[in-house]
Formats: sequence, C-alpha cells, structure tokens
Amino acid sequence: MINQNTYECPECCSMFARWGHSGLAFCQLVGQAVILNMRALMMFPQMFRKQSRPEVAYQLFFTGIRSLPVLSVVALFNGMIFAIQTGIELQKYGQEVNVGGAVTVVMLREMGPFMTALIIAASVGASIGAQLGTMTVSEEISALEIMSIDPVRFLVMPRLVGLMVMMPLLTIYSNILSIAGGAIIAITQLGVELQAYLDNVVIYAGNKDLYTGLFKATVFGFIINMVACHQGLTTKGGAVGVGKATRSTVVVSFLVILVTGFIITKIFYG
Amino acid sequence: MINFKNVVKEFSGKPVLRGMNLNVAKGETISLVGTSGAGKSVTLKHMVRLLEATSGEILIDGENILDKDGPELARMREKFGYLFQGAALLQWMSVFENVALPLRENTKLSDKEIEEKVVSVLEKVDLLAAAEKLPANISGGMQKRAGLARAVVTEPLILLYDEPTSGLDPVTSRTIDQLIHDLQRDLGVTSVVVTHDMISALTISDRIAMLHQGRVSEVSTPKDFLKSENEVVRNFLDSQCISSKFFEEFPERTLS
Repeated sequence: MINQNTYECPECCSMFARWGHSGLAFCQLVGQAVILNMRALMMFPQMFRKQSRPEVAYQLFFTGIRSLPVLSVVALFNGMIFAIQTGIELQKYGQEVNVGGAVTVVMLREMGPFMTALIIAASVGASIGAQLGTMTVSEEISALEIMSIDPVRFLVMPRLVGLMVMMPLLTIYSNILSIAGGAIIAITQLGVELQAYLDNVVIYAGNKDLYTGLFKATVFGFIINMVACHQGLTTKGGAVGVGKATRSTVVVSFLVILVTGFIITKIFYG
Repeated sequence: MINFKNVVKEFSGKPVLRGMNLNVAKGETISLVGTSGAGKSVTLKHMVRLLEATSGEILIDGENILDKDGPELARMREKFGYLFQGAALLQWMSVFENVALPLRENTKLSDKEIEEKVVSVLEKVDLLAAAEKLPANISGGMQKRAGLARAVVTEPLILLYDEPTSGLDPVTSRTIDQLIHDLQRDLGVTSVVVTHDMISALTISDRIAMLHQGRVSEVSTPKDFLKSENEVVRNFLDSQCISSKFFEEFPERTLS
C-alpha cells in the first residue's frame, strides 16, 4: 500500500552529498504521508457505507468522548494558570477586570487548539501509531490487502474522520473550560465580579479568533492522523519498531503542529 | 496456474531470490521447503504481490501479476486465500467477525447468507464453539484454524499457507495437516505450502520443491524426494531425522 522502495542513501564520501540524499529521503517520507492522508480524505463520502459506519462511529467516540477526562483537567487548570499569571500583572495597573478578555483571546486564537492538539497527539495519535504499527508487524495489514480490503478506506479514513470532526469540537469544549477556569481565579483570587468577567469575555471574543482557532484545530487533526497512520503503516522490526513508531508519532506530531500553528497565525494575523 | 519465470528479488542490494523458476499446476499441492533465509516466504509473498520483484515474471493463470495495479490487482488477489504464519486475525474482532470480514467487504450477500457461509466454514475447521471469542482468547492452533477458515470462506482458487504448523505441538500440527488435506480434497484448490516441517510436507503434498540460496534446487513427488541424491535435500532430510523409508516406517502418516 505504501511504496516499499524507499529512497536509500548510497554510501557517499561527501558530507554535502549525504545531506542531499537525506533531504531526498525526507521529501519521499513527507510525500508518502501526505498522499496517504489525501487518499483518506478523498474517501470521506464512503464513511456512510454500511461497512464503514461502525468503525467511523467508534473512532468518533474514541477520539471525542474518551479524551474528555484528561482534556477537562488540562483545560480547566490551563485557564486557571493563565488567569493567575496575567491577573497578577494586570492588578499592578488596576486592570484585573480585563483578565477575562485576556484568557478568551489567548484561548480562542492559540492555546485552545494548540493544547487540545498536543493532548490528542499524545493520546489518540500515539494509540493509532501503536495499533497500526502492531497490525503491520503482525501482517494484519497484508491480510487486509490480500482480502482486497483497502487499508486506507478500512483504517485510515475512519481515524481521519474521527480526528477532523472531533478536534474542533474538543477545542470549543476546552476553550469553554479554560474560560471557566479563568473565571474561578478571577472571582476567588482577583476580586472580579462574575458578571464583569463574563461581559469582558463577550467584548473580547471575536468571530475571527474563533474561526481561526477552529480552522487550526481541523488542520491539527489532519496532521495528527497523517503522522500517526504513516508511522504505523511503515513500522518495521517487531515490538521495538512499534515502540519507535509510537514515539515518532508523538514527537513528529508536536513539531509539525507547532510549525503549522505558527504559519496559520502568521497568515491570519501577521 | 502459477509460473515463476526467472524472478529476482533483492533487499538493499542483497539477492534473496536469484532467478527463481517454478511451475505450480492447477489443483496440485506443492510444498516449498528449505532452510531459513532460502526465500520460501518471500516467494509466497510475491505470488500475491505483497512484495515487488526486482525482475522476472509471475504469471497467475497466464496474467503477469507484476503488471497489475489498483482494481486489476484486487481482482487477481480475489483468486487467493492466504494463511499467515501468525494467522493475522484482526484482534478487535471475534473469530466469527474475522471470517465474515471478506464477505462483508467484497460481496453483496445478505447478513443471513454471510452467517450461513461462516457457520459452515467454522464447522469444517471445528471452531464453531469459539465463534464469539476474540483471537487473543484462543490457542495458537485455534487461531491458525480461524485464519484458515477466513482464507477459504471466499472460495478461492489458490490457497497459500505460510508455515501452517510452526509454533504448534506435534498433535495439533498433524490436525492442521489433515485439515489442509481435507480442504484440498473437498474444494479442489491449488495449494502452495511454505514449511520447515518435513512430516507435514511429505504427508500433504503432491510435489515438494527444495529452495536453496534463492533458487529451486529440486522439485519432485514426496516419494522421489525421499530418495533424492541431491546433497541439499539429503542434508535437510537428515537434519530432521527423516529416512528414505519414511512411508514404510510410518504408513499411518499417509492422509486419506
């Protein structure tokens, strides 16, 4: 399914030649991962097929509902931490009433989608990488191919649906909880009235910030699935290989999310 | 039915198949034997194009599978059933669901028709009682039988077995041999069996092919194989303490 004729660096003497060959190998890797996920994206209409519906529903449940406990704790405390840090500074200028606005803008634009993506990459992404990796080394993927079952339609597409649908919804949920966490600190530590905090939230919450954040979340969902499925489906070398694939899924996802997040911010706000 | 014409396969420049030539006739059972690294499993994987040959031709019913892609490759693969070394059952599905999977995905049969077919195949491999169990909760031998049921449920023309008895105790191994023999007799399929187990190869095969250093070193009937003067064959038989009078010494090994 994924081209096995991977680019191999020939034995060269020159350091520059080695860099060049490594660059080519990297380009092939990225190309494979993008094509794999684009194929899954093109198969979205098939999610309503009778055969696909149970797996799609399970992936929505697994990505969405199963992530809620950890996401709730992280989002709530993230909002509280941010409110304490900004509140203390704002208090020096008598502007602590604006803490609601600060929390809202930061969460909607950046921290909401970013934090959600990191948690989902570390939990769901790692799980996908490990599961597909294990299936690859135990020849379950080969078995699917021989049964003329396309692993992209059977495995990658449902996971992509789960991540691209659930990431924006989880981001909205984590934004709400973070703002609630900020409210707890504003009321109990900074002496801000709840109504004043909420008024401030409404004043600062812009549509553009919300849409940009949700767009980011959707793109991050795509990235997590792309990295996790590619790592899983190219796993080699038994249990050690599965471990490496899982680790690479988390590390590469974090890095790509960080860089992509910056690029999107630059496009919309730069 | 299956023709390998001068097939070469290299992994990172290292040759594994060095000009493999092999013909498998329709309806026959051929076993590929040889030491580890001789290229047995690699040969089997080339038949369904799980691996790409470096050069050569692999004809299935006269069509070169190496030229096929996409739907054409899928159509050619539908001729095959494949029993993997580790059975390769999907771990989150029950035995029943695993066996039903190719029918659900590739046919328009109703749920009732699928159930009837799966029950019939599970009865054949004596696994109906474990139909609702997950693969992790059944023994290695039962997993192989479930894998075999999944391989035959689509009524393929060719069955490929990758080490069907490896990791099993001798009694279970002979049960699997009998099962392979029964399926072969009842369904009349062409079978290719990769195995280290000479007892298995001698009892279920019409012909045995000895692979050595990426080539077929000898192909003959089990009786001729036992009498072979080929040094590679002799060493392999001696390593498993198989004498040239195997069938006279163990007449009960002949499957009916």
